[in-house]
Formats: sequence, structure tokens, C-alpha cells
Amino acid sequence: MAKRVLLSGNEAIARGAFEGGVGVATGYPGTPSSEILETISKRYRDSIYAEWSTNEKVAMDVAAGAAYSGVRSIVTTKSVGMNVLADSLFYLPYTGLEAGVVVVVCDDTGMFSSQNEQDNRWYALLGKTPILEPADSQECKDLVVMGLGLSEQFDTPFIVRSGMRIAHSKSAVVLGEPVTNPLPAKNFVRDIRKYNCNALFSRHKRPIIEQRLKDLIEYGETSPLHQLTWESHELGILSSGIVAEYAREVFPHASLLKLGMVWPLPEQLIRRFAAGVKTLLVVEELQPFLEMQIRAMGLAVRGKDVFPSFDEILPDKMRELAIDAGLLPESERRHPRVIDLGELPTRAAVFCPGCPHRSSFYLLSKMKLPVTGDIGCYNLGCLPPFHAQHTMGSMGSSVGQLQGISVSGCPERGVCTIGDSTFFHAGMPPLVDMVHNRGRGVVMIMDNGTTAMTGHQDHPGMEKTLMGATVERIDIETLVKAMNVKLVRSVDAFRVKEVEAALKECLTWEDGPAVLITKGACILVSRDPKPAYAVDLEKCVACDTCTKVGCPAVIKVDQINPRNKKRKTAIDPVLCTGCSICAQVCPAYAICQTSEKEAAE
Amino acid sequence: MSAINFLVCGVGGQGTVVASDILSSVGLTAGYQVKKSDVLGLAQRGGSVISHIRWDTEPVHAPMVSLGEIDYMVAFERLEALRRLPYMKPEGTVVVSSQEIHPISVTTGQIAYPKHEELLQSLRRNVRRVFEIEALQTALRIGNPKIVNIVLLGALSSLFPIESIIWEETVIEFVPSRHQEINLNAFRAGRRLIKEESAL
Repeated sequence: MAKRVLLSGNEAIARGAFEGGVGVATGYPGTPSSEILETISKRYRDSIYAEWSTNEKVAMDVAAGAAYSGVRSIVTTKSVGMNVLADSLFYLPYTGLEAGVVVVVCDDTGMFSSQNEQDNRWYALLGKTPILEPADSQECKDLVVMGLGLSEQFDTPFIVRSGMRIAHSKSAVVLGEPVTNPLPAKNFVRDIRKYNCNALFSRHKRPIIEQRLKDLIEYGETSPLHQLTWESHELGILSSGIVAEYAREVFPHASLLKLGMVWPLPEQLIRRFAAGVKTLLVVEELQPFLEMQIRAMGLAVRGKDVFPSFDEILPDKMRELAIDAGLLPESERRHPRVIDLGELPTRAAVFCPGCPHRSSFYLLSKMKLPVTGDIGCYNLGCLPPFHAQHTMGSMGSSVGQLQGISVSGCPERGVCTIGDSTFFHAGMPPLVDMVHNRGRGVVMIMDNGTTAMTGHQDHPGMEKTLMGATVERIDIETLVKAMNVKLVRSVDAFRVKEVEAALKECLTWEDGPAVLITKGACILVSRDPKPAYAVDLEKCVACDTCTKVGCPAVIKVDQINPRNKKRKTAIDPVLCTGCSICAQVCPAYAICQTSEKEAAE
Repeated sequence: MSAINFLVCGVGGQGTVVASDILSSVGLTAGYQVKKSDVLGLAQRGGSVISHIRWDTEPVHAPMVSLGEIDYMVAFERLEALRRLPYMKPEGTVVVSSQEIHPISVTTGQIAYPKHEELLQSLRRNVRRVFEIEALQTALRIGNPKIVNIVLLGALSSLFPIESIIWEETVIEFVPSRHQEINLNAFRAGRRLIKEESAL
């Protein structure tokens, strides 16, 4: 019997790349997609070259170049990375390819870790690119393998749309052998009319693309991608992806047409299904992507009159809304017991004990500076106790926003906070813009030596590649000096006074932007805990300054300072990594390292 | 039992995901259909983390469990156990570590951390069996706070008629080879914790 193993959706996509004979895998890290390339680089590195590209657009171009050279490729991105990637995806249906290309996008329905909730199925329509949608780990693997083959058959890239619930859930997968091994690259095809998208050549592709879509619709009519299960003829559910699995549980008696390819749609198949049921219900999360197309076929359908166009539709919600809409009997309603827990303390994410970003946000908060912010761990600086990163939009936008504040005539001198990986991804063009257009403000590049938020992937400022090669790192300080930034300061992020002095100097700079690089390794990478610190309760005056560094290891104790009636502080020795930031800011010198404390005693 | 639903919860960085992976894999080896779902969010940054695991003799479709449908909760932190209580069946079982990790909302004085006795009473009022165990202390005694997840799984395992060899082989599969022995020690110590408690 073939081996069944539990794989996450992301691991299964990696397996699909392996079984599908992919030779080149690229992407930029982003939740919930990051584990795909990580899995490829760990398990399949003997047959697949994998790289973290500088950003998603670069990743798409690298995959295109590999495909033009006859090597199957896969690109991975999170939901919003698709916006960066799309610029380069959109030329591929025009050029076609020499080997299969699959673009895997992991949507973030419910917005667990993204700045917006976008439905990436629309990219299929916009870019004329067929899109497949898996419902579990087995389908993740199978659709990647099929997508690669179909990509070659139809001479166009295929999108595979996953999502958080698929990417981060696990289910059993039957492992297979590679259907094909990666082919060696062939000599580069010099076919300008095919591969150069000059409008002269490209406009002749339009009818080819339209014919391809007709061919794809015909293929879809009988494709095993679509699964039709006849049950009751009262209610027919048309769905795709993981919500189709929820629908199987919520509507066990309904007939189900589960689509594996959600664009272009198999019109005749859908018409036959609709004709066989009294009520046709489209179950889809986010926008009415399927519903609008089915309405355009002239079919009567229910969908967004029952389910909302935002957030997830988990099984409990699906059941309740279907009962409310009269699609399920009232007897199906569940009545989970209500337990009154009162108000519980919320648990927002925080900078880890030992995080190099802590000193910067302590200071930005204390100095009450206007801060445009970027995407990475440092965006936790917008939360209590700091409230110090005032904007966050998209990758690299902090620097352009700072330029905007500068040229707007705003009387305040602004600061932007951007991490090292994000700076390489999209921070360089806006900094060049600031230099050229004479903007003012402090660009704080918080260099923790890794792409921390998404799980510590490599970037060009590091000495390792995803394939494990040792390379020369691109030094950010040298880079920004080459961009003609006139004031560049590099400081140790773990020395509060040093960061403060450099920040003050940068704030007074008038000759273009100033760059302040705060250097300190991510504690989760350095794994370099020092002896824990402890509070001398005799000295502690309960002034609460240490709680302003927002460290989970700093906790309150019951002992009270009778003068201000406030509780004193202690440090959890299990959580403390000995970074000393709290000790550096303590005005009463009440915090010292345990080894020092023991020595003193 | 034809279907068993689990919930593993805790604070980012505590090792809940590995624990839920092991628990899923044990179910598969024991012959169940298995699906699991992690909500990681900001997993390593001290936020709340939760995993649902479903074992069933019938095919499993959705990877998550409804409110009021969890049979066993493994909580790595007291407050997180309380937060997830609405998921529990009244006849369910909670295994909770006695560890407290104070969120910033508590440290900055906005709200008090629930009192230990009141928290336990809330759990016991709503769930048939509650085992609070000294998981962190046990892990530290064996030599590493990181193995607290395996201590908790050991405790959970003592409540099932699944052979401990399946659990131990799965634990070995999931931990680095150089850490096998300390993890097995953690598992066995955890297993004894509940037996001792039940005997009281």
C-alpha cells in the first residue's frame, strides 16, 4: 500500500513540486506561504533549486527565465505578494513557456497576518490565467502536479490558490513517485516573436489567448478536476476549496459540485448541475467570484444573500446562516452552552524577550516622534506599551510615506522604521527617491540579520542562501552610502544611550535623508541568552519605567511601594534572556544580572 | 470512541505546534482518519496559539472543531485554558500546565491576571475532569524548559488506551536525534504526573 503521511498544505505543495518534476522554486517569505520553499529546500534540495528572491516580482521573473530554458518552475507568495508578483505574471500568458509554471498564492481570508483581505481569484480574470483550488493537503499535491502538466499543454502559467486554513492544516497524503524528473535546461530559445512582449508581437497573441480560454473551458467540462456528488435534488451546492469541505459537513444531504478549476468555469457542467437541483447555492468565501459568473450564465442562484463577502465562513457560521436563510431546517441549529468568563486579559503579540527592536521603540515612544512604519516584527511597535509605529501600509511604503511627510510641509521631522529584509524587498527605490528629491527625515533600518517575522529566511544582507551556500553579504551601510545618503549611522541596538544619541543626531540632519541602522541579531536566531536579570526589591521604587520596554519577562509582584501605592516589578528568570534593556532604563539602578547579584550577596 | 477532538493551546514560543503535530501523527498510526488546523498568527511573538486536532473512524472534512465539541484540551498556560473553555464538552478533560505567562495588558496594570483558585474553579465547574500539572517544573527538573510540550503530551497519553510505544516512537520521530533521550524522559515523567494526581 502506498505510504500515507500527514502533511500540511504547504508541505504537500512542496511534495507536488517534487513529484511534478520542478527544477526551480522561488518566492518571497510571507504568512501563510513561507513553509513551501522551506520544505523544498530541506527535503527536495537534491532535485530542486530553491531561492528566496528579493521580492515576489523578482521571484516570478526567475521562474519565467527557468521555464523559458525548459525547466519546470514554481513560485510561492502570500496573498498581498500577488500584487507585487502580478506585474510579471501578466506577460506570461502572452509569451507562453517551454516548461510548466505554477504560481502558488496563499490567501489570508480572515486576515490573520495581512494588511488587507483580498480575493486573489480575480487575478485569474485580470491576467487571463487559469486558477486551480485545492481543498486539502492531498489536493494541494495533486493540483500542483496537474497544474504543471496543464501549463505545458496549454502554454500558459497556472495559478494554484491555497489559503491559511489549507496551508496550516494537516491531513493525510498518499506519497507518489515523481511523474517526471527535472529536465536539464536546454539551449535558450531565441524566438523573439514568442518571448518578446513588444506590442508589435504581443497584440497578435490576443486571439491566441482567447482561443486558449475556450479550449480550457472545453477541457474543464470533462476534467477530473471537478467532483460531482449527487445526493438530494432539493439543494445543490456549488463550491470550491476548503469551504466545500465544510459544506460536506454542514449539508450532508445536498448534492455537491466541487470545482477544482475556478476560472475559466465549465459552463455546460454547471448548467447540468443547476438543472438537476431545485435550489442552487454557491458557497464561497470573500467576493461573489463564482456567483457573478454563474449569474452571467443566466442561472438562478443563491450565495451572497446568505453568506457575507468578508471573513471566513467556518462550519458553525455556515450552518447558522443557512438555517436563517431557510436552507436547513431549524432542528439543525446547535445550542452550544454559554460560559461567562468575564473579561479576560487579552494576549497581543509582543517583542520577544531579548528582541533588538525594543530599545528603538522605547525611544520612539518616549520622544513622541511621528513614525511611518513598515512590515515585519517591528510593526508590533504600534501596540502597547509603545504606540509608536503610526502607519503601516505595504512592503516598503514607510520610506515613501516619510518622503511624503517631508515634502508636504509638515512641521514635524519624521522617522520611518523598516527591517533589513523589507529594505531589500521594496525599501531601496523610495530611499533613492528621497535622496534624489531632497527629502528629509530619519530612515531607521532595523537590521536584525534575518527575515524574522516569517520564520527567519535568508535575504541579501546575509551570508547564507536557502540552498545553504555561503555567500558574501551585501552590507546595508555601504549600500545606502552608495545611494548618496550623506549621514549614515550604525549603532548597537542593545545600547539604549547609543541609539538615542544617534537618533537625535539624525533628526537634526538637513542635507537630504539620514539613515540610522540599528544592528542587533534576532534572539531567535542568535539563541544567545545571557544570565537572567533580577530586580532588587529594596531598590525598586515601582516607577514603572521598566514596563515601558514592553518585555514579557518583566512582571508585577504583590509588594507595593507605600509612597506611590504601586506594585513593584520582578523578572521571570525563565523568559529573561539577559539583554539588559530594562536595566539600562531603570532610574533606580534596581535591576542587575543574576550572576552580579549573587556575587554582590 | 469513534471520534475524538483535541485542542492544544498556549502562548507563542511554547512548542504547542510540535505537540499538536505529534498528537495528530499518533492518531494516524493508531488507525484514525486525522485532520488538524493551527492558528499560528504571530506564533513566536507571545500571542495566543491554538491547534484543533480531529481523530475519527469516519472521513474528516473540516480540520477545525466547533464550540462545545472538544473532548481533550492540552493547555500550556493557565489563562489560555480559561480562554478556550467554551470549546469544551461538559464531559471533557482539561490537562493544564500550572505555568502563568503575564500578557502586557496585565504587566501594564490594565487588567488583573485571574486568581489561581478562581481560574481552577471556573474550569472545574464547566468540565468533568481537570488535571493541573507542574509541567514546567518537571521540564526544568529534567533539564530544559523547551520539553514542556512533551511533558504535557506524556500526561495526556496516560488518559488513553493507546500503547505508550506508539507515543514514544512518534515523539522520537519529531525531535532531533540528539534530544531523543531527554524528550523520552520528559514523556515518561509527564505520564507519571497524571497517574500520581489521579491516585490522590
